[in-house]
Amino acid sequence: MQKTLKKYFAFFALPTVIAFTIAFLAPFVMGLYLSFCKFTTITNAKWVGFENYIKAFTTDDGAFLSALWFTVKFTVVSVLTINILAFALALLLTRGLKGTNLFRTVFFMPNLIGGIVLGYIWQLIINGVLYYFETTITVKASYGFWGLVILMNWQLIGYMMIIYIAGIQNIPGDLMEAASIDGAKPTQILFKITIPMVMPSVTICTFLTLTNSFKLFDQNLALTGGGPGTSTRMLALDIYKTFYGRNGFEGVGQAKAVVFFIMVAAIAFIQLRATRSKEVEN
Amino acid sequence: MAAKKKTANIAIFIILFALALLFLYPIFVVLMNSFKSKLYIATQPFAFPSLLPDGNNAATFVGFTNYINGIVKTNFMKAFGYSAFITVFSVGLIVLFTSMTAWYITRVKSRITSTLYYLFVFSMIVPFQMVMFSMSKVASMLHLDNPVGILFLYLGFGSGLSVFMFSGFVKSIPLDIEEAATIDGCNPIQIFFRIVFPILKPTAITVAILNAMWVWNDYLLPLLVIGNDYKTIPVAVQGVLTGSYGSKDMGALMAMLVISIIPIIIFYLSCQKHIIKGVVAGAVKG
Repeated sequence: MQKTLKKYFAFFALPTVIAFTIAFLAPFVMGLYLSFCKFTTITNAKWVGFENYIKAFTTDDGAFLSALWFTVKFTVVSVLTINILAFALALLLTRGLKGTNLFRTVFFMPNLIGGIVLGYIWQLIINGVLYYFETTITVKASYGFWGLVILMNWQLIGYMMIIYIAGIQNIPGDLMEAASIDGAKPTQILFKITIPMVMPSVTICTFLTLTNSFKLFDQNLALTGGGPGTSTRMLALDIYKTFYGRNGFEGVGQAKAVVFFIMVAAIAFIQLRATRSKEVEN
Repeated sequence: MAAKKKTANIAIFIILFALALLFLYPIFVVLMNSFKSKLYIATQPFAFPSLLPDGNNAATFVGFTNYINGIVKTNFMKAFGYSAFITVFSVGLIVLFTSMTAWYITRVKSRITSTLYYLFVFSMIVPFQMVMFSMSKVASMLHLDNPVGILFLYLGFGSGLSVFMFSGFVKSIPLDIEEAATIDGCNPIQIFFRIVFPILKPTAITVAILNAMWVWNDYLLPLLVIGNDYKTIPVAVQGVLTGSYGSKDMGALMAMLVISIIPIIIFYLSCQKHIIKGVVAGAVKG
């Protein structure tokens, strides 16, 4: 069969391969090349070597580095809060209580709403609260920071909770039973059985929250737009503003994007390796 | 012991119930404000719109004024049409073409197919910012900067995850069925559409849901590629406050937020089971 099928490349694979080349492969290769060039459109690129990369880190008093620092802080805080809260909710929702399904439905829903809309919903709420203190979210960077953390928790807790619920339900019941017969306390069961057994879910959830937080763009743009000044700009927004905010900086934007890509790839790789090794065999 | 457990359960139920209200509250506040005069949204966002004047304060309830303003200002009906068209057709294209591709590159073993597979997987970790500039330039050079052309970009950019998910499932289908069909005289096209694709249906639903959520909510790609002439819903919503429609109108923004959430909630409530299952399957395999 393989032999006959082989002749059908044009029918089965070609449409996707062409689209993939136009939308991803060619722009990716061009992007790598353009990061070493000065250009305003892709047809007038002039090779400048590493100049863009040096500028990426030095212009605007290292705005890129402060965006990186803001992104890292935000990512660490939201990965921790989201996963802890989602796991706690999953524990509460796997006790066979009434209404479990309804709660699941409600908690998961914010995940389906798009980032721009989410950003404006929370801008209204947070500015509404801050109005009583006669201030707004774009007055202090810490307001924007915690605003983003709250927004991200609201969006992702339900999603991660669903994955943790699936993980908890996969734990064989006799394991729990054996432990309680042996006289294990609920906290011992939690730390010695439940948590080690849901490590695969932890891997997935950490990975998803990590990459989603690190690459955040829409929510950042809608909630604070990076303000006050550029103090709540995350990496993706900083790259966008470098590209489209200022003429002549397209190359610098592209260099930042390459650095961003390398960081995302490295995080994905290291994180998957690190948590995979903590998983226990089922 | 049993009584103790019961009180604990009641306490947990109350906590969960309070949390559920807290989760719904932001949406409720937006809904409430969408009926309030735009002058009062910033100053009293948590108050109900009042029907009657109260002392020195005028009535804040304005009926559907914000909705009418918002729909007119943002040309919302058009935005809704573009979003619906682009989502439906790009998801259709993605499901059809990536399932065909995934079957082909899993069944035909060669250097080309395995290279393709790794390229598709690789594309999943590349952030959009890496390709956004060159992609939007290539798109305008090839005249893909219209609602039909963008379908092609979505097929290309969405193919990584979709091919990956489909090939994971194709690997688990025993070859025997396809071989039997070959002996019976079916050609590969018949085999795919009559035998393989029906087996792939559960994965196809997952792929469709994941991509629909992505395309419907996507902001940057439609903004950069077709944002000047064709505004999808997220682009239109973002435009309400950024001044491209005149003065900042909080009332119109609230109304637009409500109408953009409604289709999502209807979609969610009508096929909730599939959505939750699909999203989990996508996460576990991705």
